[in-house]
Amino acid sequence: MKLRSLMLAAGLAALASVGLADGHAGKVKVGMITTLSGGGAGLGIDVRDGFLLATKMAGNENLEVVVEDDQRKPEIAVQLADKMIQSEKVDIMTGIIWSNLAMAVVPAATAQGKFYISPNAGPSALAGKGCHPLYFNVAWQNDNLHEAAGAYANDAGYENSFILAPNYPAGQDALTGYKRMYGGALAGEIYTKLGQTDYAAEIAQIRASGADSVFFFLPGGMGISFLKQYAGSGVDLPVVGPAFSFDQGILQAVGDAALGVKNTSQWNKDIDNAANKAFVEGFQAEYGRLPSLYASQGYDAANLILSAMAEADVSDADAFRAALAAAKFDSVRGDFKFGSNQHPVQDFYVREVIKEGDVFTNKIISASLTDHADAYAAECSY
Amino acid sequence: MSLLLLIEQVLNGLQFGVMLFLMAAGLTLIFGVMGLINLAHGSLYMVGAFAAAAVAGATGSFLLALMASLTAAAVAGALIELLVIRRLYDRDHLDQVLATFALILIFSEGTRWVFGSFPLFLDIPAALSGPVTLPGGIQYPAYRLLIIAVGLVIAFGLFQLIARTRIGIRIRAGESDREMIAALGVDISRLYTIVFALGAALAGLAGALVGAIQSVQVGMGEPVLILAFVVIVIGGIGSIKGAFVGALLVGLTDTLGGVLLPGVFGTFMEASAATAIGSSLASMSIYILMAGVLLFRPTGLYGTA
Repeated sequence: MKLRSLMLAAGLAALASVGLADGHAGKVKVGMITTLSGGGAGLGIDVRDGFLLATKMAGNENLEVVVEDDQRKPEIAVQLADKMIQSEKVDIMTGIIWSNLAMAVVPAATAQGKFYISPNAGPSALAGKGCHPLYFNVAWQNDNLHEAAGAYANDAGYENSFILAPNYPAGQDALTGYKRMYGGALAGEIYTKLGQTDYAAEIAQIRASGADSVFFFLPGGMGISFLKQYAGSGVDLPVVGPAFSFDQGILQAVGDAALGVKNTSQWNKDIDNAANKAFVEGFQAEYGRLPSLYASQGYDAANLILSAMAEADVSDADAFRAALAAAKFDSVRGDFKFGSNQHPVQDFYVREVIKEGDVFTNKIISASLTDHADAYAAECSY
Repeated sequence: MSLLLLIEQVLNGLQFGVMLFLMAAGLTLIFGVMGLINLAHGSLYMVGAFAAAAVAGATGSFLLALMASLTAAAVAGALIELLVIRRLYDRDHLDQVLATFALILIFSEGTRWVFGSFPLFLDIPAALSGPVTLPGGIQYPAYRLLIIAVGLVIAFGLFQLIARTRIGIRIRAGESDREMIAALGVDISRLYTIVFALGAALAGLAGALVGAIQSVQVGMGEPVLILAFVVIVIGGIGSIKGAFVGALLVGLTDTLGGVLLPGVFGTFMEASAATAIGSSLASMSIYILMAGVLLFRPTGLYGTA
């Protein structure tokens, strides 16, 4: 299956390189820069697979996709962006997972007149004062999932939370987002090192703090380490976090330690609508694994572009932009629309980690925030 | 901060230090005996963890998984010594860095090719999950106590090996004069392979032990590698004793720095600023320690010029 997706990507890349010169009416060339190697590769692979699945299901031959690997390094992402803009002459860029890479690429790309559709990273700087008419975020603004977690903590009656996140911009956004919604007191607030894998010291502090709940944002491998060590420590306070530490890709590695944990997300595979059903079934048939929220974001990004292509020609930037902003596509999340800063206004859910047969996955247990926009929209003016 | 919490944190620091020692011991032996900078040491750590996860997944036995990690890392170490490293002894350090960096990339992508991009599952055995209550009422995870114990046993074994066995004598001889020991008829290339495989096996064991409480994923070795280099620079390159003392120093400084510094700043600053500054300074603490040690002992604590 993996081989097939690789071949699909390679085939598409080859297709793109021998493709017709740009400028043909109706043709759109998308440059995807995402993380396909190194520690964070699982996220980029899911975004790419979701995106390619949507293009394959649509069967629209006017859409070309060029995929490149940024290795999670800002300098490589910048080089690839230059290459895509100057020699590949793409019309639209997408794919970046990490906020620091997005900050390195997006402002330069939009300044050169390219559309950028973010399938993941949503740094506050690009949602507020730094917003741009050509920049759309189809996933969320970074704070959103943490705000949903804060709202859930209120609903659950937590009054003394211990909160922790890595010491980098998205980590600071996370704690800010949680505190924006959460109404109780803080038993402690810790910034851990980015990439830290041992949380014994933090867990000891949690134990000693007298907290009644723990909120953490530790994406990828950091979250796996934390949850396993937390489960082994004998501390049994309820844990809540954003979906990033509980996505389909890493749940199997966490195992029983994650069972029953509440997490917040804008998507889950059991959201009941036709688009989501087609996506989940199609993804499993194509790749032989369950999709993650990252895959759903890649899928929605592709469908957003396809919907705009049906309405307008990409060479007419104003019309194409209006078609993107209208977001006339069937999102796997159900209702979906853009706010004034071209970030989503959408519902957020509380999920619980369950076991289906041998596979760990999530199930939605309640709504957290409905029609929720981000806190920075007011600062954005075009 | 209560005394109990402090003791628990000291144990955490000790456990971290012992793990670092397993990494640093191999690194310092290889550097000391062969004069080789091996950046791919972190990859051997990863190989150990992946081998353990694969075997634990297939058999369900943690003990078998640990053996697999030792074997796989030792075999991988011996293989790269025979195929690649052997050609690098006479080159300068820059060539060695370049070639072993290439090995990192090859190992990372090779592992991804075999196991996929998603982290693997490796859990601690059920008997060791959960905390034990130590004298004084400290609750401490049983598995971490085991890591401390295993690390200390291996450190003791390694000292005995170096100090009391024939192979240990040769290793020490190789450290002080490579040409002379070759001239005396010792098969130096076999010695090199053995030392390399030994260092690799220790790194692989560390990867498996740590992988069970952290995440087994591609690229897991590199952050540890950096710390292991800090350890051997502090301890003095080539010295096992230095690696041991350095590892414990780094482990304790890192853990206690992260816990105590935000509190120290909190006494005269607003809480969230204190957290931010305290944790930033804590991330730097081991490098400050290294700079401090080098200032007074340029060859490290136990290094010889």
